[in-house]
Amino acid sequence: MSRKTRRKLFSNFMLFVSFLTAAYGIFWLFWILGSLFINGFKYLSPELVYLDPTPPGEEGGGLRPAFVGHLIITSLATIIGVPIGIMAGIYFAEYGRNSKFFMTLRQITDIMVSTPSILMGAVVYAVLVRPVGHFNGFSGAVALALLMLPVIAITTDEMLKLVPKEMREAAYALGAYRWQVIKNVVMRAAKVGILTGVILGVARIAGETAPLLFTSFNNNVLTFDLGDPMASLTVTMFNYVMGPYHYWHQQSWAAAFILTMSVLLLSILARVLLHRNLLEPLFYIVRSITGKKGG
Amino acid sequence: MENVAEAQKSLREIKTRGEFLERFLKISLGFWALFAGLLFPILAGLILLYEARLAIEEFGFIHFLTYTNWDPVREDFGAATMIFGTVVSTILSMLIAAPVAIGIAIFITELAPNWFKPIVSTAVELLAAIPSIIYGLWGFFILAPIMATKVEPWLQDKLGDVPLIGKLFQGAPTGVDVLTTSLVLSIMIIPFMAAVVRDAFNMVPPIMKESAYGLGATKWEVIRKVVIPYTASGIAGGLILSAGRALGETMAVTFLAGNRPEIPKSLLAPFTTITVALANQFTEADTDVYLSALYYVGLLLYLVSFTMLGIAKFMVLRLEKRWKT
Repeated sequence: MSRKTRRKLFSNFMLFVSFLTAAYGIFWLFWILGSLFINGFKYLSPELVYLDPTPPGEEGGGLRPAFVGHLIITSLATIIGVPIGIMAGIYFAEYGRNSKFFMTLRQITDIMVSTPSILMGAVVYAVLVRPVGHFNGFSGAVALALLMLPVIAITTDEMLKLVPKEMREAAYALGAYRWQVIKNVVMRAAKVGILTGVILGVARIAGETAPLLFTSFNNNVLTFDLGDPMASLTVTMFNYVMGPYHYWHQQSWAAAFILTMSVLLLSILARVLLHRNLLEPLFYIVRSITGKKGG
Repeated sequence: MENVAEAQKSLREIKTRGEFLERFLKISLGFWALFAGLLFPILAGLILLYEARLAIEEFGFIHFLTYTNWDPVREDFGAATMIFGTVVSTILSMLIAAPVAIGIAIFITELAPNWFKPIVSTAVELLAAIPSIIYGLWGFFILAPIMATKVEPWLQDKLGDVPLIGKLFQGAPTGVDVLTTSLVLSIMIIPFMAAVVRDAFNMVPPIMKESAYGLGATKWEVIRKVVIPYTASGIAGGLILSAGRALGETMAVTFLAGNRPEIPKSLLAPFTTITVALANQFTEADTDVYLSALYYVGLLLYLVSFTMLGIAKFMVLRLEKRWKT
C-alpha cells in the first residue's frame, strides 16, 4: 500500500469517526424525544389541565395549579426581564461600543448567562423570601427574570450589531437625535432579531426548575396571589418523580411532554425567524426533483 | 416679527425637549447596562458572602474545603464530599463529551453537504434546548434502569478483574451513581461545546485551508494540522465554557447522583455535588449555621464557575481578535 493511499484511507477513517460522533449526538436526541413521546402521549389527558391534585396516594387528579402557576411566573418574569435586558443591550450596542469599560461589562454579562441557575434562587431567597417569612410566587418570577436578563441583553446587543453603520449615519445626517435614531432606525431594523432573542429567553426560563425550588416553592391549591407559594410544572415534576406513587410518575411524564414540546417549539420558532434558510433542505430536495433552478 | 420670535421659541422648545430625552435615555439605558454587567454580579456575590458569614467564621476556609463530614444534626459541616463530587462528575463528563463535540464540529464544518448542515446543527441545538429537568426525569426512569441491569453488570464482567481499573467498577450496580450522572451530564454539554468549536472552525480563513489542500494534504491532515492548531484557544475556551456549565448543572444531577454525602469509592457508588446538596437540603435547613453552610458552598460554586467562564471567554475572545485583524 503506497503512502498516498494510506494517508487517504486514514483521512477517510477519521472523517467516518466524525460522522459517527454526529450520529451519536442525534441518537441521544431521538432517544430522549422518543421516550418522551411514547410515555408522555400515553398519559396525556384533558383532566391533567383542569383538575386539582388529589391528596397523596389517591389516584387521579390533575396539575391545574402547576399549569396556571407556571404561566403566571413565566409571564411575569418575561415582563420584568425583557425590558431591562433590551435596555442594557441597546446601551452596549449603541453607546458602549467605544468604551472599554462597557465592553468589559458586556463580557461579564455574557458570563452571567452561564452562571448556575440554582444560585439565583439562593440569592433571591435571601432578599425576597426570608424577609417576608414565606415562599411566594413573586420571588420566583424575579429569580427567573434575573436569569433571563443577561440572555436578552446579549442577544439584543448581537442583533443591533448586525444593523449596518450606514443606516445610522444617514439618519444622523438628517439631523436626528440619538434617541430618534435608536427608536426609528436601529430598533426597527433589528425588530425580528430582538424578538428572536426574547423567544429564546422565554424558552430558557420556561424549563428552569432550580431557581424556583426555594422561591415560589410549590402549592397544591390553585392561587393567583403572588404573595403565596405558587406551583410550577417543573417543581411539581421534581416532587412527583421523587415520590412513591405510580400515577405521580405518569403525570410527570405527561407534564414533561407538554413542557418539552412547548420549549422546543419556541426555539424552533426563534430559529425559523432568525435564519429562514432552515427550510432550505426541503427546497433543495424539491428543486432536485423538479429539476428547476430556483433562487 | 412676532412669527419669527414664535418660531424661534418653539424651535428652542423642541431642542430642549430633544436634548432632555437624549440625556434621559442615555442615563436610563446606561443604568441597566451597569446593572446587568456590574451591579448584579457583584450584588449576587455579596449576598452569598453575607449569608455565608456564619459558616465562614465557624469553619474557616481550608478546613471547610478539606473536611469530609457533613452532619446537620451536630452542625458540623465540611464541603469536601460535594466539591469532590462536582469535580469528578465534571471531569468525567468532559472526557466523554470533548471528543464527541469536536467530532460533531468537524462533521458540520468540513464534511456534511450544504443542505444537511442546518439539520445536524438544529438537532444538536435542540439537544441544548431541552430543559435540564427532562434530562433528569429521562435519566431516572429510562437510562438508570438500563445502566443498572445491562450496562453496568457488563462493565463489571469485562473490566472488574483488570487491576486498577477494576477497582472503579466495584459495588452493586444501581444506575444511580457517578457513571450515569456523568453520562447524562456529557449529553447535556455536548451541544454547548460543539457550538463553540464549530464557530471557531468557521473562523479559519478558507485561504489557509486551500493552501494546505494545494500542497496535497488530505482532508484529515488539513483539519489536524491547520484547523485545529489555529483554533486551539477557541477549542480550549469551548471546553472550559462547558465545564463551567456542567459545574452548575442541578436538576439532571439531582435525580441521578443519589445524594449520599460520601466520597464515592467507585464509579458505581452514589455521591453528591454542590448543586445536589443545595437543591435537596436548602428548604430543610432549619438552623442558621446549616443554611449558612449551604450558602458557603453556593458561594464557592459561584466564584469557581465565574472564574472558569471568565477564562473561557478570554480564550475565545483572543481567537476572535486574531482573525479580525
